[in-house]
Amino acid sequence: MTPAGGAYDAVIIGGGHNGLVCAAMLGRSGKRVVIVEAASKLGGAATSGEFAPGFTVSSCAHILNQLHPKVSRALDLSRHGLKLSTARMGTIALAPGGRHLTFEGALMVNEAVNGAGEVLSQRDLSSLSRLRRRLLRFAGLLHDFQATVPPRLDATSWRDGLGLARLGWAVRRLGRDDMRELLRIAGSNIADVLNDELDSDLLKGAIGLDAVLGTGLGPRSPNSVFTLLYRLSGRVGGVPGALALPEGGMGAVTDAMAAAAKANRVDIRTACPVKSIVVEEDRAVGVELESGEVIRAHAVVSNADAKTTCLDLLGARHLDTGFVRRVKGIRARGTAAKLHLALDGLPRFSGLEARDLGRRLLIAPSLDYVELAFNPCKYGEYSPAPAMEITIPSIHDTSLAPPGKHVLSAVVQYAPYDLKGGWQAAKDGFMDRIMDILSAYAPDLADRVVARELLTPEDLEQRHRLPGGHWHHGELALDQLYMMRPVAGAAQYAAPVPGLYLCGAGSHPGGGVMGAAGMNAAAQVIKGGKQS
Amino acid sequence: MIQPQPYEVQVLETPFHSRTAELCKTNEWSTWSGYTTPDVYTNMELEYFAARNTATLFDISPMTKYAITGPDAGRYLDRLLTRDMAKVNPGRVAYGLWCNDAGMVIDDGTVFCLGENDYRLCSQERHLPWLLDSAIGYEVAIEDITAGIAAVSLQGPTSCAVLKAMGFVGIEELKPYAHAEFQLGGHPLMISRTGFTGDLGYELWIEPAGAGELWDRLMEGGRLHGIRPLGSKALDMTRIEAGFIQAGVEFFPGDLSTRPDRLRSPFEIGMGWLVDFEKGHFIGRRALLREKQTGSRHALVGLDIAGNKPAHHSFIFQGRNKEVGIVTSALWSPTCKRNIALASLRTPYDKAHGLWADVYVHREQKWERIKAPCRVVDKQFFNPPRRWATPAGDR
Amino acid sequence: MKTYDAIVIGAGHNGLTTAAYLARAGLDVVVVERQPYIGGATASRELYPGFTYSNCSYVCSLMRPEIMRDLELPRHGLQVIPYDGGVTMTRDGGYIAGYRNHDQNRREIARHSVRDAEAYDYFGAEVMRYCRFIKTMLLTTPPDPASFKPRDLFGLLDVARRFHRLGEEWMYDTIRFWTMSCADFLDQFFESDLVKGHKAGSSIIGTALGPYSPGSAYVLLHHYMGEVDGSIGSWGFPRGGMGAIPGALAKSFQAHGGEIRTGSTVEQIIVKGGRAVGVALTGGVEVMGKTVVSNLDAKRTFIESMAASDLPAEFVHRVKNFKIRGSSGKVNIALDGLPDFPAIPAGCPGRAGDMHVSDSMEYLERGYDDWKAGMWSRQPYLDITLPSMTDPTMVPPGKHFMSVFVQYVPPHLADGEWDDAKRAAFGKTVIDKIAEFSPNFKDLILHAEIRTPWDLENEVGLTEGNIFQGELTMDQLMFNRPVPGYAQYRSPVPGLYMCGSSTHPGGGVMGAPGANAAREILRDMRIKT
Repeated sequence: MTPAGGAYDAVIIGGGHNGLVCAAMLGRSGKRVVIVEAASKLGGAATSGEFAPGFTVSSCAHILNQLHPKVSRALDLSRHGLKLSTARMGTIALAPGGRHLTFEGALMVNEAVNGAGEVLSQRDLSSLSRLRRRLLRFAGLLHDFQATVPPRLDATSWRDGLGLARLGWAVRRLGRDDMRELLRIAGSNIADVLNDELDSDLLKGAIGLDAVLGTGLGPRSPNSVFTLLYRLSGRVGGVPGALALPEGGMGAVTDAMAAAAKANRVDIRTACPVKSIVVEEDRAVGVELESGEVIRAHAVVSNADAKTTCLDLLGARHLDTGFVRRVKGIRARGTAAKLHLALDGLPRFSGLEARDLGRRLLIAPSLDYVELAFNPCKYGEYSPAPAMEITIPSIHDTSLAPPGKHVLSAVVQYAPYDLKGGWQAAKDGFMDRIMDILSAYAPDLADRVVARELLTPEDLEQRHRLPGGHWHHGELALDQLYMMRPVAGAAQYAAPVPGLYLCGAGSHPGGGVMGAAGMNAAAQVIKGGKQS
Repeated sequence: MIQPQPYEVQVLETPFHSRTAELCKTNEWSTWSGYTTPDVYTNMELEYFAARNTATLFDISPMTKYAITGPDAGRYLDRLLTRDMAKVNPGRVAYGLWCNDAGMVIDDGTVFCLGENDYRLCSQERHLPWLLDSAIGYEVAIEDITAGIAAVSLQGPTSCAVLKAMGFVGIEELKPYAHAEFQLGGHPLMISRTGFTGDLGYELWIEPAGAGELWDRLMEGGRLHGIRPLGSKALDMTRIEAGFIQAGVEFFPGDLSTRPDRLRSPFEIGMGWLVDFEKGHFIGRRALLREKQTGSRHALVGLDIAGNKPAHHSFIFQGRNKEVGIVTSALWSPTCKRNIALASLRTPYDKAHGLWADVYVHREQKWERIKAPCRVVDKQFFNPPRRWATPAGDR
Repeated sequence: MKTYDAIVIGAGHNGLTTAAYLARAGLDVVVVERQPYIGGATASRELYPGFTYSNCSYVCSLMRPEIMRDLELPRHGLQVIPYDGGVTMTRDGGYIAGYRNHDQNRREIARHSVRDAEAYDYFGAEVMRYCRFIKTMLLTTPPDPASFKPRDLFGLLDVARRFHRLGEEWMYDTIRFWTMSCADFLDQFFESDLVKGHKAGSSIIGTALGPYSPGSAYVLLHHYMGEVDGSIGSWGFPRGGMGAIPGALAKSFQAHGGEIRTGSTVEQIIVKGGRAVGVALTGGVEVMGKTVVSNLDAKRTFIESMAASDLPAEFVHRVKNFKIRGSSGKVNIALDGLPDFPAIPAGCPGRAGDMHVSDSMEYLERGYDDWKAGMWSRQPYLDITLPSMTDPTMVPPGKHFMSVFVQYVPPHLADGEWDDAKRAAFGKTVIDKIAEFSPNFKDLILHAEIRTPWDLENEVGLTEGNIFQGELTMDQLMFNRPVPGYAQYRSPVPGLYMCGSSTHPGGGVMGAPGANAAREILRDMRIKT
């Protein structure tokens, strides 16, 4: 199938949020684009799914905090149906004894509510506000660079030189003190930074968990300050670090993106798995579907991860060994499981009122708790006492559950992808551990469960084609970032084979329903088209 | 599966050791890839002249050998090497080299096509990790079989006569860069018309158990044809005359270098003829295409140098005193009667006039410095017709 | 009262290095040392008759050859003897050894993995690239990236230029290496867990990181960038024990008129008119000097030896947050004879090198988990050496001295602070572990000195017993060491300098901080050398 007048300008492999954004952006600039998605519906890891009759939940990513404003503006996502059920989700750090710590807004953004629960000392309050100012400033820097194409270090073109100069200038512009602090803590670990400044274990545990969610790090692992900054780099309605829930679950975001793509004349084909990328004369010229059909295009853009794209779809034979070696070495070992519970009513969390449950609930009572949860994960074992990020989205969005009923969605850490002995045998045991922990905070929860689903990284890999079940298609580690993301030699979205581009979360800046990778890749495709 | 080699001893002996040790009258040995091999058996000059005049035996067992097998073996090698391997059929041998992503040479070597999907790669250095990583996406097995094969190189104008005397019927019909199977004392023996001296010559490959007998039969067969063993020093003289490059001398293996300016592309070591851009993708192709457009930084050239003092490690200058390169190998060629050298020059000085070599000569406890004019010449200094003639002659 | 040109607090190897350089430049210098002996963590003492111990540090590689030459240490008696490879014994009775002979080494690794045997050359080449890059930075003052001074800008430019010279691919590799975990780095080369475990030991020595922690690859490099006579990555024993190093430094210093006062504890650094003018010793004696140089770690210098009012509050805050975590212990043993290690075959030189018992990455990482939980590693990493096999002058004939470095040992235990009983229990863990691999070992013990972080702090003066005077993590290296903005050996107080391992390029018996500090001091004094 080709559009009237010959080949497509671009074929996009995969209709995840980045693929959709890339397609829509290309369509907007007048390109003829087709998306081919293997699954029967679009969305990739940003989908909503009915896991029990009448109960719908965001099946992987469950909080919208990083959708890049440039993306939502350019695609006018609100016009295409994206509504937020809440844009100011609060956070509660749960304490085993019930003296919880409540934040009106996001953890690092709004002031803590000093009510019945944990009371922060004056010292903690002032340290927190100092720390917050700095971290948000650094996160803002990150935010700005997320919407840019990383330069190459061997700056042979003026663009690369300018890119490097911009980076240097942005860091310098922080001023002497903040610059020094950034250069110090960028490689530091969140436990040290928090222990240096704060006293409250509950507060530190909560921030620590935010830093390591979705990563293969513990709070004491260097690199965990960066991952916190990454999380804080998002903006909701201009508020940095804020958390939101989309109405209808995460699928609503990709639905809006798909609508924007369609409005820009993008053809969308689902249930069309790609068998291979077609290369002629050392140039990617289209894709061959499992069905045998060939779709030709001037550019092939892959929303799949680099490993799948380069090694499976393209094939190492079109690549050089050093590059293949780097691609094969991309670390993408998921550590987060996803828990979905269908509830016949709101559970009672000791120490919390029903109205509090609309906030995000964190089970990370101390840094040591999170670190101890992390330890077994290193050896391919799950945490006996996992840390959790819990939401009950049905409080904000009644469409998700039958009247009076609710859904609970939680990220559970740590559950290593490569569990020793395999997940098949261990899943029930892990589920029991999770329920034990939850019941300690919400004694009646177990009785309210009418259906449940636990998705291990292995499940996430299968369902959403996430390599290793990793949210970001690759660990957000300092050695896998920016001009090294997904690997050096493909960090400017163009793969070594001319005409092939990568637009997924594995590319700069990474995942998290941000859309920046797709947007940046689109810019490169347009630029590449002009050159050839 | 080849048994792991012993690790308790520092230096290994080749399967020919009992024979070579007996013949090595100078007791001058060097270690080559972990094996001890003679530098000189009796006299370097006489061994050299035997290689150019009669026949010589050189123990090449330490050479690294990899078995490359499997349904994708041919396609694998075609992507690995810069030359078109589709043209290399069973019974043929191909000289080639392979590069890293940046188009910089990792090593050169010979590939023996033993059958469909069955190849043997022989090289100076070891590269298993690179070979294995290059096999990602290919159905191919790669195994180091160095210790499982004894090999000896029979080189020189009478080498074919030696083999005929041993009873290898039809050996004269074997073409250059071809190989054939024979039997010797119950062991399969492969003979290939290959070598490192630039003359008529053969390499003989046998399992280690047959090595002693092979050596004895060769010496016996060569008795009337002037055969004598060849040490590494005399071999090096012949290979320079032939204009052959050597890893670690003319170029440094790209995967082990720690200095980026030491890397060389095939074009930069005079091996551009081995690069086939038309055959499809191979490792380093895109980088080499760019180099083709933008130009190379270096060139490996042959030099004809005035005087008769070998320009070992000499710097090459142009004009008054502009340093433009360095000699990698040098020799007074007794056969060509020329003072020759291989040199790596910065471009475009490979095309320049007014080159001279800074030659240091040690004369009776005193170093003297000679500014020897030189000019760029074809680096195949020695290339006799008998090397290429089929059927091969007896002299 | 006499006013010295410079007072150096602490006669560790860095303090003596600074002192010797200053004395050579013609300054009148005194070194004040708390202990009755010199050397700090590079000391050798006779704790059992006839045995010279290397009480803390125990092997030498990092000592910069430039310093040995400048200070004429060989003339003053220093001789460093390299040793052949080491060996790691496995729990199932096997072993992997290292050999200097390249091909023998390859064949040895090939017993465990043929691929790894050849990958070892790739590993070596890559580590060498980073060594070459970092080597030139060791004896330079780190430029401050936040400064606009021409000197800093040129310094940065120089680093950038040298970095750029690596070529594009190696630039990315270098950045990646700097931030990677040791495990991820080794995974790029090796498949055998034993080979990895054998190589990974260097990445955890003295460090409160596990081999799986990002940043630990650098620590590996830190132990590779030394050399013995130009052979990079090679280690050796100083003849006469580690004390031979401070011994030679002291002689070099004294040959230029330097004065060493042992048994003199500094109570406080005296600041007058915003300038460091001297030190007050225990017992009321004051020593005055135009310059005060501290070999102590940053916390001992600024928190414990100074009045907070003499320093900017922000600086004090930062010094308090400088991470100096104790993670190592040491057991020094006088032996009646040579212990058997049945796993190591006769003729294997590993016995005379460094011996290990950590046979996998997980072994090492689990040791770290124990440390995090406030326990010494139940299965510790041991770096066992028998220097007396190389240097028989250290012991009576036929006897041996064994130095056992132990990782991980926490400075504070979860079940209460260190005491004599816990120290003994720790020693037992180590000795039992060695005895698992050496049946006659226990019977040969004549005397054992067991040193926990607590002992290292009390005796040697290392905060928390950290052997590097500060963690070697990304946030504490180069221009961040010890505190951003104060990485050029100067302190906020004019006249007060730092010369210990708390400063760039960090710990190890390297001498580079001492030499760099001396250069900066002379620069401030406008003395050309």
